[in-house]
Amino acid sequence: MSEASPAKAYGLHLGAIALLFVLSFLLPEYYHGLLARIMVLAVFAMGYNMLFGYVGLLSLGHAMFFAAGLYGAGLAVIQLGWSVPAAFAAGLGCGVVLSLVIGLLALRTSGVAFMIVTMMFAQVFYLIILYFSSWTGGDQGMVVPQPARVLAFGATSLDLTNPTVRYMSALGLFSLVLLITLALVRSRYGRVLVAIRENEERTKMLGYDTFSNKLAAVVISGIVCAASGAAYALLFGYVGSSFASVQYSILPLLWVLLGGAATTLGPLIGTLFMYYVIDITSGYTSAYLLIVGIALILLVLFLPKGILGSMRQRWLGWLP
Amino acid sequence: MDKSKTFDLSKTGLTRRTALKGLAATAGLVTAPGFVRYSQAQSSAPIKIGFQSHRTGIGAAYGRWYEKTTAAAVKAINAAGGINGRQVEVIIEDDGTDPGRGAEVVGKFATQHKTDIVFGTLFSHVVIGSAPAAGEAKIPYFVVSEGHHVASTKLNRYVFQPGITDVKSQIQSMAPWIAANAGKKVTQIFPDFAFGYDHRDYLPPALKAQGADVIAQIAIPPTESSFTKYFPQIPAETEVIYHVMVGPAVLTFVKELGEFYGSNRPQLFGFMDSLEATDINSPGLEFLDGSHFWEGSPRYAQADDSAAQKAYRAAVGIDDNGAALGDPKDVSTASHMFGCWETLYVVKKAMEDAGYKGPEDRAKLVEATEALTAFAEGPEHPQGPKTFNGKIHQCFGIQNISKVEGGKLKVVHKTKIEDGLYEAEGDYTTQAL
Repeated sequence: MSEASPAKAYGLHLGAIALLFVLSFLLPEYYHGLLARIMVLAVFAMGYNMLFGYVGLLSLGHAMFFAAGLYGAGLAVIQLGWSVPAAFAAGLGCGVVLSLVIGLLALRTSGVAFMIVTMMFAQVFYLIILYFSSWTGGDQGMVVPQPARVLAFGATSLDLTNPTVRYMSALGLFSLVLLITLALVRSRYGRVLVAIRENEERTKMLGYDTFSNKLAAVVISGIVCAASGAAYALLFGYVGSSFASVQYSILPLLWVLLGGAATTLGPLIGTLFMYYVIDITSGYTSAYLLIVGIALILLVLFLPKGILGSMRQRWLGWLP
Repeated sequence: MDKSKTFDLSKTGLTRRTALKGLAATAGLVTAPGFVRYSQAQSSAPIKIGFQSHRTGIGAAYGRWYEKTTAAAVKAINAAGGINGRQVEVIIEDDGTDPGRGAEVVGKFATQHKTDIVFGTLFSHVVIGSAPAAGEAKIPYFVVSEGHHVASTKLNRYVFQPGITDVKSQIQSMAPWIAANAGKKVTQIFPDFAFGYDHRDYLPPALKAQGADVIAQIAIPPTESSFTKYFPQIPAETEVIYHVMVGPAVLTFVKELGEFYGSNRPQLFGFMDSLEATDINSPGLEFLDGSHFWEGSPRYAQADDSAAQKAYRAAVGIDDNGAALGDPKDVSTASHMFGCWETLYVVKKAMEDAGYKGPEDRAKLVEATEALTAFAEGPEHPQGPKTFNGKIHQCFGIQNISKVEGGKLKVVHKTKIEDGLYEAEGDYTTQAL
């Protein structure tokens, strides 16, 4: 598999970002709002991809990292009255702490055990949210008040509930995470992660501390997922326990598998695909999940490495 | 459409249409404008109501009956000339009983379908998750949820609940009857999540005001499938067990409670939420015979049913046992679904008061709804009379207490509206439109 030159790789990604920027002016109102939401959730998928795609660690508990950001930011605004930047930072902080603790414990396992341990931790996190319902709103969740969702710069301010501001904020976060992901996977560190995925024992033998590298990957993945959760709370104004449920641990796995694991743009493609299939088919039948299921089976049969993964395998070997 | 060729999956067996729409995500975005060419509302165009339905997910049983009731109400409204001389059209989107999807659906109604209002949501977490989207889109959002979230004034000015009394009021209005007729020492058993917490928090002060006490509160985790181990926690002096378990485990709960007590049991009082869409004569529920339940609107036809109640039941298509006409096993959600019927008539009244013409009049519609104060019992409000508090966007109505007798529910007491009134917790009308 050949590697793209920096110009080609960054050109492609900047082109994708430019396309998303242009779409902001072209899309009808509904799809404009939907794409903002998709970009935020694609960040969640990118965080998941960092661990699953590049390190080969299949987690079934990433909803807890998303929820850490969601609740970290949401509660900071609702309960403590913090500003948007401080609340976003609080969300990231929660993601760092949680992913560090979970990483230290869960990385003592591997394979199926890692999957089960992460799922169990996520379930504990979910139940903690329900248990402290007087603070978290329990299963009903809470609204982040509209007046508090304002980004102030001195005398001027940006209203995050404004569709354009929201879209551009989502695009900003998405772009930042996309470019960081690209830089990471092209770096020496990124190659070490892939080496761990391909053969951890050999990587150890070459002198790498695989535990530390994996732990760093868990923390990076956790921060990115928390950033997505924090952005979701602040941009869309709702904090609820359903985002910490197992469903939201499985969704990023599906998005990444669909788009292509270990591809930088795959998470966006996968998230887009799922959203559009559900949005369109649900307009025709209440059995839309059956159609989604059939579509997934067909994709697994004919594009087993996901959309971009299969394209890379067949035609575009340089695709990051 | 070159990009669609890049992802051509026609060989996979998918139809060309699905492949074009669904698989080529970027191409889908580019083609998206084709879906959204909508004309402006005109005087003869129908009033469009976006129905956020729980067609799938945990709320599906409710969603199905909410749709039936809504269809019946719209049919009746249209047959009588519609709203402001315009026919009413209902556009349904499934929210999967999920708050994330719920918010997207509200956005879809506001910006793609361009509906005049959004309507019909039941589950509280979906209402709370969707409310910000409604407030930001400035589209009136009429929910039929019974949750206290609207009246708590923690949502926003565009959210209303004018067709069904909220749970705080329901619980409060049960207290006088329980204290006077069932007993003064009450043990509560409730699910350990928000629905249960409403009962946990609102019942004790309401009973206290009636000279009765909650002597124990037993919260049962939602994941529990067997309940016997919790029953020894029920104090021996308990006179009334107040139970509000919901979900598939209810049958097991009742069966095990029956095995625990045998024939010598305290009084039982429950909320029909536990058994909505469930046959009261299901195996295992025999232990409930002689117990009492809250009902919003009675499931079983009553001897003293008003003409309006009879007409409503016939229009919706439920028989004397509260099941679908022609399918006795298809039991309705009678205690809640009347709220859809009544809410639509409130919308009609408010739109007529506002001289509503189209989405540009949404703010007028909000103010006209807030100006409403009472709804008289009749064909438009068959469940009973109601008052409406425009400051908290919540209605207050009578409640029914029914006894299980011979496999049916017989109404033995109707509360007064005043029994359920409480101090307002805020004022939506101070918020900007």
